[in-house]
Amino acid sequence: MIENRPGLNLLAHLTLMLGVAIVALPVWVAFVASTHTATDFMSGTIPLWPGPHLIENYSQMLGAGVSTSGTPPVGTMMLNSLIMALLIACGKIAISITSAFAIVYFRFPLRNMAFWCIFITMMLPVEVRIVPTFQVVADLGMLNSYAGLSIPLIASATATFLFRQVFLTIPDELTEAARIDGAGPMKFFRDILLPLSRTNIAALFVILFIYGWNQYLWPLLITTSSDYYTIVAGIKRMADAVDGLPQWHLVMATAMLAMLPPVAVVIGMQRLFVKGLVETEK
Amino acid sequence: MKRTLFRNQLLPWLLLAPQLAITFIFFLWPAAQAVRQSFLRQDAFGINTTFVGLSNFQALWNSPEYLNSLQVTAVFAVLVTVLSMGFALLLAVAVDRMIRSTSVYTTLLVWPYAVAPAVAGILWWFIFNPTIGVMPYFLDAIGYDWNHISSKTDAMTLVVIASAWKQISYNFLFFVAGLQSVPASLREAAAIDGAGPVRRFFDITVPLLSPTTFFLLVVNIVYAMFDTFGVIDATTEGGPAQATNILVYKVYFDGFVGQNMGSSAAQSVILMLIVIALTVVQFRYVEKKVAY
Repeated sequence: MIENRPGLNLLAHLTLMLGVAIVALPVWVAFVASTHTATDFMSGTIPLWPGPHLIENYSQMLGAGVSTSGTPPVGTMMLNSLIMALLIACGKIAISITSAFAIVYFRFPLRNMAFWCIFITMMLPVEVRIVPTFQVVADLGMLNSYAGLSIPLIASATATFLFRQVFLTIPDELTEAARIDGAGPMKFFRDILLPLSRTNIAALFVILFIYGWNQYLWPLLITTSSDYYTIVAGIKRMADAVDGLPQWHLVMATAMLAMLPPVAVVIGMQRLFVKGLVETEK
Repeated sequence: MKRTLFRNQLLPWLLLAPQLAITFIFFLWPAAQAVRQSFLRQDAFGINTTFVGLSNFQALWNSPEYLNSLQVTAVFAVLVTVLSMGFALLLAVAVDRMIRSTSVYTTLLVWPYAVAPAVAGILWWFIFNPTIGVMPYFLDAIGYDWNHISSKTDAMTLVVIASAWKQISYNFLFFVAGLQSVPASLREAAAIDGAGPVRRFFDITVPLLSPTTFFLLVVNIVYAMFDTFGVIDATTEGGPAQATNILVYKVYFDGFVGQNMGSSAAQSVILMLIVIALTVVQFRYVEKKVAY
């Protein structure tokens, strides 16, 4: 702060409060809707305060779901989302950290070509090559499986670059000391590199968990069996099905449940989240 | 560059194998297929394919629908970027004045990053629902008849708001970081020279913030073009009358619903070129400017 201007401070507070209110508005409306019954929407006036049906609606969605929409209970879909998000996050971290180790600590023929192969994945988002990628996964018989949901999304140039960056800052003296002590490359990797990149792994995990949980197009295409529906992709199927018969309170309860885990992760691990966000975009 | 290295020759390939295998099977091979298919035309039963050269691309160039989709994408990307970055900058400048309450406001503003685009779409769709939504109720009071199912402008407004809302938190975090890196001494010197807060903002903060702004510009355009599929699919599905049919949605729709593989592949190739161009811009210019 350069100088004390109470008027400007007040204005800044008002702007922020308005901003917080606008940002929170859709979630508040969804929350309110999820605590009412279907008939409360028929009357023509929109409820603006929570109703008494919170527990009833949420337990119905978690346990039974809406049978007419052809979607499984929300509990099942959340479990699928969790499995997919964890597989994607852990898979990306595992294959990226070993790739970065190979690229930084070894010299071998075609090293640059391998680096460029990984780099190019950054330019090929799944939305862009969706039709041929779907064909590959279908040919491999990976439709309707957790492998099909996660493996095609696991390759990651950003994570590899992040770990490469981290490894480049680790002093050579550590490597020399390890080698003098007779440690082979894998022992060095396990006992020195992994512990030193612990916070980077955690920060990356937060970002990748959110990325995995929020996948939409991919699960929508490759899951035709409701056993493998994820919640983010399932919610659209549910909204479509209830279009004729407006069960908005149940759709909104599902939306609340769909955003709860990733939002909880962001708020609970805010420091790691910000670190991960800034690092992956460097 | 490391001075100390390990000498194994086989081990690095084993370490790289999973990443390279996934890259080849799920990235490079499908991308090559897209390029190949963009030069082919399949008959209605998918039995005969003929090499047709560039005619798939030519057909796109002559297709009013595709040109419309290009235009819609451009308008959509510009609106989302400007709205989201403008709002985020306003909030970031306000938070920059705070001393004690910074972290509280930050927490209250960053969480929409975690909301899936498809869920964001559903939330705003509900708010703007013509019969039971909150917004049409208030808009009706000022005499505006909101209907995103029939009005092109309303549909575009809806998807822009939903997409921009989700991106505010991201832009906010980077603007806050950018503002903190503006040296206080410069602003103090300007204040001593008699520059007011507005003048200081435009003559000192804005120029020094330009690397952040430029970086966010590229990121937001990429976001609006490629990550908003969920928003579109959950709300307007490209309608009404193609008014929100952005390029990424059209690739999906023509490929999976329309079953027009040649055209969809050609569109994929064009999108790949756009991503490559944007990535090059990001790496060449952003990297350089950030260092100054």
